[in-house]
Amino acid sequence: MSQRRLPALDPLGALLSAIGVAALVFLPFVVFKANRVVPGEARTLLEFLPAGPLLAFDLMLAVAAGTALFVANARWRLAVALLGVIAVAMAVAAAGNALTPPGNKVVRVAPGAGFWVLLIALGLMTTDAITRLRPGPAMRVLLLALFAAAAGLAFASGAFDHLSIMREYAVNSDRFAREARQHVLLAFGSLAAAVVVALPVGILCHRIPRIRAGVIGTLNLIQTIPSIALFGILMAPLGALAAAFPWAAEHGIRGIGTAPAVVALFLYSLLPVVANTVVGLARVSPAAVDAARGMGLTTRQILAHIEIPLALPVILTGIRIVLVQNIGLVTVAALIGGGGFGAFVFQGIGQTAMDLVLLGAIPIVMLAFSSAVVLDALVDLMNRAAR
Amino acid sequence: MISIESLTKRYGSSTVVDAVSMSIESGSITVIVGTSGSGKSTLLRMINRLVEPTSGRVLIDGADTTSTPAHLLRRQIGYAIQSHGLFPHRTVAENIATVPHLLGWEKARITARVAELLRVFQLDVATCGRKFPHQLSGGEQQRVGVARALAAEPALLLMDEPFGALDPVIRSKAQDDLLDIQRRFGTTIVLVTHDMDEAFRLGDRVAVMREGRVLQHDRPGLLLTHPADPFVTRLSGTAERALRLLSLTTAGELAEPGPPEKRTVAAAASLREVLSDLIWSGTDAATVMNSDGTSAGRLTLARLLAHGRQD
Repeated sequence: MSQRRLPALDPLGALLSAIGVAALVFLPFVVFKANRVVPGEARTLLEFLPAGPLLAFDLMLAVAAGTALFVANARWRLAVALLGVIAVAMAVAAAGNALTPPGNKVVRVAPGAGFWVLLIALGLMTTDAITRLRPGPAMRVLLLALFAAAAGLAFASGAFDHLSIMREYAVNSDRFAREARQHVLLAFGSLAAAVVVALPVGILCHRIPRIRAGVIGTLNLIQTIPSIALFGILMAPLGALAAAFPWAAEHGIRGIGTAPAVVALFLYSLLPVVANTVVGLARVSPAAVDAARGMGLTTRQILAHIEIPLALPVILTGIRIVLVQNIGLVTVAALIGGGGFGAFVFQGIGQTAMDLVLLGAIPIVMLAFSSAVVLDALVDLMNRAAR
Repeated sequence: MISIESLTKRYGSSTVVDAVSMSIESGSITVIVGTSGSGKSTLLRMINRLVEPTSGRVLIDGADTTSTPAHLLRRQIGYAIQSHGLFPHRTVAENIATVPHLLGWEKARITARVAELLRVFQLDVATCGRKFPHQLSGGEQQRVGVARALAAEPALLLMDEPFGALDPVIRSKAQDDLLDIQRRFGTTIVLVTHDMDEAFRLGDRVAVMREGRVLQHDRPGLLLTHPADPFVTRLSGTAERALRLLSLTTAGELAEPGPPEKRTVAAAASLREVLSDLIWSGTDAATVMNSDGTSAGRLTLARLLAHGRQD
């Protein structure tokens, strides 16, 4: 009696395949709108893809599902997942081209729920495959750079220009660059200022245990204030400052705009960096510090050459938390005139133009994701060096 | 020559080291032994001013240690501790080069010194220097710790339970190596331990501490035969004090002229080892052989046993 054994089913693959099939069958792949604010109507793949490409597309997704279910080799899973992402992207580009009448700049072809769910399923399959491959820190950053370059080339090629989000981009392209710069500047600037202050404060807290509870407690309290409330709270004193000192107002310190945004983000950034500096320094082997002192290193030399380098992986973890947190929080700063991608989000909400919301939201997610990948790689690298 | 003059350390109302005076000869090994909390580590750490004394002073070759800034003083004194305290983010070579680097030695001199020390401590010069501490075994880490303490050729080496974390076999080897190295470099060593066997094995002089006071500072043999305090007797252990006494003398020192015997023992072996060998082989005399194969004389069981008596 012969027995044929099926390979074991991959649990994540089963989940992703089920989600993908459901998205393909039940959710609209694209949404067609007569203009940017009216509710759209769903369009299925049948309505815009010719028979040949449609078959190729369905075949590709079937292969992706099969691979997700039965193939254990991570390299194959990664390759197939990436091909799947490309197929989904090409299909949505084709939808834009097919459904937009030539020369018409009023109708909107927006990616539908089906597209997003498929993209997320394939994206999860991609990241899962990369995780299974266990790439080193340098490789992970290289992969990120490759993905970014590929995405950049795809957008620059104009293939997606008929899609709603790219339409919004075309209209706002000057502002997009400005808000992008502002977003990055606010997130990184407040982080840099926080590190400059939090590092010495953390070192002090380590050296003087008496002040530790008080400092951490105060910073914890700041962390619990909702972001919008903190922006609001800061408007009054900064406004008063600007009124009292014209010099301050001339340099951009006002109750609204960049100043309260930077101050609020700075305050939020303090706790993770201070706390991680304290934890990182406490983790340094007391024997190493005792030996260093016994051999005649000065207090400053011990700090610079022994304690900080050994605490750095933990401190960097704090900085990573702050950076990702800040990239998200800057969004809210748009409410008080701080600018950044949040400006598109809130403008989009105001105009009920979801495409404009996405024009702000997608870059925020990408920026946070990329920062996390790069800083994780850095922490990994440090941990390898300072084991 | 190190003179410790009525050195006292108080923390609040508790006196950890209580008016200790002792002098330590250059080129000797002094072991400070005591139970935990006896103040032995504090006494050691006051020599290189890791702990500042409440009163009293330490003179090294006549110079008061407070006449030099503490960190400069410490660069002239070797310091090795129990958990070795190697810097995990630096290679073995960088660890050993720490003090020479602080002293501003030339690069070539540092490289040569690091290579010399790796050789002396039986570590592979080509590969070991580039390794990180976590890639070494416990015994190797401990050797690197001592090598690092000796890097800048200090005349004085302070060791705080340096072999405490090693297993008995490696510890015994490390103790032998330390004796070799002390002979080679002529370094004055002050070593703290709670292990009486270690004290007897290494110490030219042993200082017994209890509750911040030095009860007796003497040659190890005198600690056994003429204890100054009941605590000294208790610490050195009454059950095997005769054997301890025998372990302090080598066969070569006690050999006398006589006819050759069938059984031979090494001149460097301690009387304790010779006794064990004679019991094991059922003989009552042996010929003592020098390391070059010549005879140093004869040793009888009776003569050996007489040496282990109280007086």
